Amino acid sequence: MRKTKNLIAAFCGATLLLASMNAGAAGKTLVFCSEGSPEGFNPALYTAGTTFDASSRQVFNGLVKFERGTTKIMPALAESWDLSPDGKEYTFHLRKGVKFHTTKKFTPTRDFNADDVLFSFMRQFDPNHPFHKISGGNYEYFNSMSMQTLIKDIVKVDDYTVKFILNRPEAPMIANLGMDFAVIFSAEYADNMMKAGTPEVIDFEPVGTGPFQLVMYQKDAVIRYKAFPDYWEGKAPLDNLIFAITPDASVRYQKLKAGECHVMPYPNPADLEAMKQDPDINLLKKEGLNVGFLAYNTRIPPFDNPKVRKALNMAINKESIIKAIFQGAGTVAKNPIPPTIWSYNDAVVDDPYDPVASKKALEKLGVTDLEMKIWAMPVQRPYNPNARRMAEMLQADFAEVGVKVEIVSYEWGEYLKRSKDLNRDGAVLLGWTGDNGDPDNFLAVILGCDGVGSANRSQWCYQPFEDLIQKAKIVADPAERTKLYKEAQVIFKAQAPWATIAHSVVYQPVRKEVIDFRIDPFGGNIFYGVDLK
Amino acid sequence: MFLYLFKKLAVTIPTFFGVTLVAFIFIRLLPGDPVLLMAGERGISDERHAVLMAEMGFDKPILVQYGYYLADLAHGDFGTSIITKRPVLEEFATLFPATMELSICAMLLAILLGLPAGMIAATKRGTAIDHTVMTTALAGYSMPIFWWGLLLIIFFSGTLGWTPVSGRISLLYYFEPVTGFMLIDSLLSGQEGAFQSALSHLILPTIVLATIPLAVIARQTRSAMLEVLSEDYVRTARAKGLGPQRVIGLHALRNAMIPVITVIGLQVGVLFAGAILTETIFSWPGIGKWMVESIFRRDYSAVQGGLLLIAAIVMLVNLAVDLLYGIINPQIRHTDS
Repeated sequence: MRKTKNLIAAFCGATLLLASMNAGAAGKTLVFCSEGSPEGFNPALYTAGTTFDASSRQVFNGLVKFERGTTKIMPALAESWDLSPDGKEYTFHLRKGVKFHTTKKFTPTRDFNADDVLFSFMRQFDPNHPFHKISGGNYEYFNSMSMQTLIKDIVKVDDYTVKFILNRPEAPMIANLGMDFAVIFSAEYADNMMKAGTPEVIDFEPVGTGPFQLVMYQKDAVIRYKAFPDYWEGKAPLDNLIFAITPDASVRYQKLKAGECHVMPYPNPADLEAMKQDPDINLLKKEGLNVGFLAYNTRIPPFDNPKVRKALNMAINKESIIKAIFQGAGTVAKNPIPPTIWSYNDAVVDDPYDPVASKKALEKLGVTDLEMKIWAMPVQRPYNPNARRMAEMLQADFAEVGVKVEIVSYEWGEYLKRSKDLNRDGAVLLGWTGDNGDPDNFLAVILGCDGVGSANRSQWCYQPFEDLIQKAKIVADPAERTKLYKEAQVIFKAQAPWATIAHSVVYQPVRKEVIDFRIDPFGGNIFYGVDLK
Repeated sequence: MFLYLFKKLAVTIPTFFGVTLVAFIFIRLLPGDPVLLMAGERGISDERHAVLMAEMGFDKPILVQYGYYLADLAHGDFGTSIITKRPVLEEFATLFPATMELSICAMLLAILLGLPAGMIAATKRGTAIDHTVMTTALAGYSMPIFWWGLLLIIFFSGTLGWTPVSGRISLLYYFEPVTGFMLIDSLLSGQEGAFQSALSHLILPTIVLATIPLAVIARQTRSAMLEVLSEDYVRTARAKGLGPQRVIGLHALRNAMIPVITVIGLQVGVLFAGAILTETIFSWPGIGKWMVESIFRRDYSAVQGGLLLIAAIVMLVNLAVDLLYGIINPQIRHTDS
């Protein structure tokens, strides 16, 4: 009996030790219960947000950055920039006195300069660059943002001035440079590792200029960082940052309650009510930078008729979907961009939910006994947590107006591939999460003519809309761009290539002792500026 | 004995090749490919898709790919993960000790509790004890691991606060892994309280992972014991006036162990399967979770390499079980020879 008591005492002791983490560790330590392991520590090579959280958002900086908690572009390693009159040359004036991290394998002998910018971009841009093929050499974000075709050349003007020469004017260029793939590596570190015969080390043992430097990574277990004392914006208020990798959302919540971590991402919708009631937890909330939709194939009759699409949209009870599928963690979408993005047109009026009017309109258009397919994604996404259930609800809604729906689904890779097909049979449930906070990233990528047969799942190429978004690409004035994008949203609503369904609402529970954690609109977790009581 | 070992090994080698083929084919039969999944909603042009597949060697005929794979294996190269770009063997070696440590503890718990429980149930056949043991075993066998794990976490970690929620050791302790076995590394670190912390983190996952093998072992021991206890030689031993402890411990148990050991050997495979869920619930950085993620991402190299290594370990354990038969019952060894 005494032994049992001792054992229990030992367990309690261990738990208490965990609870008193801040007192025990040297300085202030924040524990983030992250949802998974990073694929690596070079954000240019990967596309997962989990990887960006572990690398670009703590260890690195880009030339520009997004203001924490917003999509506003701010200077970072570039103090300022100029644009040539033809909109094709961006000249960046680099910040002086920026230090790189010192690690066991690398002690920098110089500050950040233009060579580092050239190294970081030329590695991705130039197939003959000595580092291009290292670690697999797939730069999917660089490619998917069309940087390969957009950039003509990158030139070092002097040690602190770099010029990006483009093939065409591209207003979202600056926003692209705020993305994770565009972070700056140390060219000196890369040289050293190449000489040592281990060039791939730069991708797994990162050296950046960011507020935290990597101390240790144990796959699927823990990532440890310490604050970089010479960080150019000033040392972070936290001394240590730990990612405790915890894949299960219920377990993350238990750890948060037990004080084993301070911040957790992706809570279970079912746990939100309990979190709101918990006196130790602050439940933060923000609209996500995404949109979930049902994309008709606008090349196939009767969906090639915008009036049919509009009539079908009126049959959808979006409020019910938000309640049932999102359990409150979502809002009805009326535009193809979320309200958090500048140029969102709030004046647009959504199609009303009116099954009677919908049925009448379909009959008037001669669309009777319509049979169609709805594709349900096999995976969970923030913009659609349960596509199968959503498809069933749409099936019931459409049945009310006399449209018979067959639900189909495929393995995720197959789904993505087959749904691109120009002659695809049926409407596809899908969505989009913004990369850089620019409306172009939504409207041009998933509704532009270039995306037909690819990311544009409605296969919709409508010239008046296309003209507006192409014009907005080359106009530098934000007010003028806003006007163009607002007009484009009006056209979108009238033409209805999709039924816009929902924007998710992101919830993030943090313990009460956490100060100034802000939900990142891009879905990231940024800990510079966060403190502990 | 050597001939016996040789014969067993000779059977193992073709099985190993069979596993290479199954592992290779299995992952390629799944729809989708790593490039499509990597691109996600963003999509990828057909040209770029073809380039990336070619860079990874997936554009070649499947037999040619298999040939390259075997040639690499012959050189001890299990390939490089498509996702993390790290050697598969290195990733496996990093994660395997965690699974091994948990599996050993779970198996020990299952044997230490399952064997006596089965023996007691057999000797007290038809009593309330027997019914209690068998009902508990059935409940344990039928329990969904995920639900059971969460229940234990909520009760022992959440409500009572006795055990940590998940992980292998408190984040307070920080040392470089030496063996990968946290119990050993925590002792080697010399940090006060580290070993206790590692031990406390093992308790709940061990219970969860041991539940099914424990139930199976208890049931198997009971039925094997019942069969042996009705044998003539046991009756003779009793008639000679031997005490019940000697009859059961010396005569009955040894013979009842043969089917029990078979079951224990087979449970190693079950443990690896159970580890997938247990490791996910308890954030245990082992190979179970790694394999599942690799399958989801169509990381061909990681899946085929991981499956092969796991299969090799299961085969080795079963080989060891075969050899154990010979030690426990020399008749088997002589018959096979």
